Amino acid sequence: MLQTAPRRKKSIASKAAPHERFLEAFRWMLLARTLEEKLVSLYRGGLITGGVYVGRGQEAVSVACGLFLQKGDIFAPLIRDQAGRSAFGEPLIDVTRTYLGSRQGPMRGRDGNIHRGRPRNNQLAMISHLGAMISVTVGALMAKRFRGEKNFVGLSCIGEGGMQTGSFHEGMNLAAVEQVPLVVVATNNHYAYSTPNEREFACHDLVDRAIGYGFEGCTVDGTDLTNCLDVIGSAVKRARAGRPPQLVVASILRLSGHGEHDDASYVTEEIKREPFARDCLKVAEQTIADLNLVDAETLREWRKDAAAQVDQAISTAQKEAAPEADEEAWYAISTRDLVDSLE
Amino acid sequence: MSITYLEAIREAQAKLLRDDERVFIYGQDVGGTFGGAFKATKGLAKEFPGRVLNTPISEDAMVGTAIGAAMQGMRPIVEMQFADFSSTALNQILNNAGTHYWRTDVPVPITVRLPSGGTKGSGPFHSQSMESVYAHYPGLIVMTPATVEDAYSMLIEAVAIDDPVVYCEHKYLYYHLKAENLPTESLPTGKARIAREGRDLTIVSYSAMLHEALAVAEQLATEGFEIEVVDLRSVKPLDTNSVLASVARTGRLLCVGESFPWGGATAEIIARVTAEGFHLLDAAPQRLNAKDTPIPYHPNLWSAHRPNAKEITRRARALLRE
Repeated sequence: MLQTAPRRKKSIASKAAPHERFLEAFRWMLLARTLEEKLVSLYRGGLITGGVYVGRGQEAVSVACGLFLQKGDIFAPLIRDQAGRSAFGEPLIDVTRTYLGSRQGPMRGRDGNIHRGRPRNNQLAMISHLGAMISVTVGALMAKRFRGEKNFVGLSCIGEGGMQTGSFHEGMNLAAVEQVPLVVVATNNHYAYSTPNEREFACHDLVDRAIGYGFEGCTVDGTDLTNCLDVIGSAVKRARAGRPPQLVVASILRLSGHGEHDDASYVTEEIKREPFARDCLKVAEQTIADLNLVDAETLREWRKDAAAQVDQAISTAQKEAAPEADEEAWYAISTRDLVDSLE
Repeated sequence: MSITYLEAIREAQAKLLRDDERVFIYGQDVGGTFGGAFKATKGLAKEFPGRVLNTPISEDAMVGTAIGAAMQGMRPIVEMQFADFSSTALNQILNNAGTHYWRTDVPVPITVRLPSGGTKGSGPFHSQSMESVYAHYPGLIVMTPATVEDAYSMLIEAVAIDDPVVYCEHKYLYYHLKAENLPTESLPTGKARIAREGRDLTIVSYSAMLHEALAVAEQLATEGFEIEVVDLRSVKPLDTNSVLASVARTGRLLCVGESFPWGGATAEIIARVTAEGFHLLDAAPQRLNAKDTPIPYHPNLWSAHRPNAKEITRRARALLRE
């Protein structure tokens, strides 16, 4: 069975032979897709409160974000990064506990769905205000530098929507001023909720901004796992080696609504025929078949294994108690004797 | 020896940098040989190389960076050039720092210094008092030191606290206020101080308005009125018990604050005293704030916009007559 918290596998991932690494990445993608499909069905069945946001179509980019990070690195995922979160080491049970409202989850019912994180394990907990986590990642890297740590990187995810915020701009500029070992992976999924690219930005290519910020920039076909592993892996390597901060711009189509409440009826038929609209998971499967990397039986086993892990994580979380308002510690600060006395 | 409020802030930061290697200072113009727009960090960059760092004009990213560093064990101090500019960092302060402990169980020990309040000729964008905005949101401690001693000891305490602290230092007090020595002991944060004892009326205040209130108390004493003046020291937590105890002695309450009038610290005090100590009141409690307009530039307008001794006196007399 594939490990769901494979921190120890990190060094294997970055040093593995390309095929071995490709297959490991594929299995994380498969796990993410399987998990999110299950979450969607729970949501449709009324078993999840709040939204469900999936990374369908973004798994190849995302997994490459998580796969090359090592112990001590900083990861700031966003809402479509289940594959990357899993590859970085987030246990599946964190996901199901958060979505299903278990009091034992990392957010304990205080925050939901994709806001979860474990800052103590260097997986930052995003806020909904896009762009804000870039500078937070910069600060985490500066702390490591202050302490004299070596050989670390941070990777912060963003979409083309978030790239249009002031916070993103300030964070990018500051990252370059501080020359921290940062990789920013920006996935252009062609829609910010319902708004298409032409109403989001007017520059020729988002990667052109890299030079303006003092980053090194490159683009990647986000539907092609091989390309994602090469390009994002190389960017992580360059940042780790002390090159300037790295911007990778990936192109994909979001193969879902913004959230599961959204039927995405505004996505045009024309754009669905674009090369970037391919499903990265299917492309990866085709690569496996073309190169005969594993046989069909093994693929079936992997699917079964992913489904079993997901079912296990869901059934465990479903049995757990929800938070209770009268048992909650209603304190927003950790210093209890400084809590304001207002009842 | 004589030390100003501003020098106390500088000395506190020097001590923090000396005693705690987790501390660094991050802000516009704080580093190099310049030492900050008000010189609150003068000489510190040279004395502590690599730990007093100039930033771009990026308030959001300055605070975001501090948050990330604090999560990783550092104790950053962010200097806003003026409190007014912290409005462009509200998202990071309120939504990121303020929610982080609640959401993740990991506190974010940042200190954000806000050079606050009005001085003549500073106008709408270099004069604001923002304590009420920050106090409104959960997850933040809001300090408003009014004395040289508190400026020093509360800043040291702010950095020691595991939670985010908004430290509102008043620019008018920077040079006007002097003490003989730095303090060796202090009240803990969250405890108000009785700045002057009295029995006829309680004036609750904080930051620069404390000194206006004390001047009024001095003036009214010549007419036989004994005004008790309470220095809140921090508006969050708000020491409701000390205020109630004072109102129990005097029966009358006037709250004075420099921030805008709608809602805010003064309204909060009155709401609490009315709810919890209605029976202690001999007259309806009153409050006095700045006017509900942007802060004017011209000294003639500015001195009438903020609460001043004349207006505080008028309000106090009206209350004393009731």
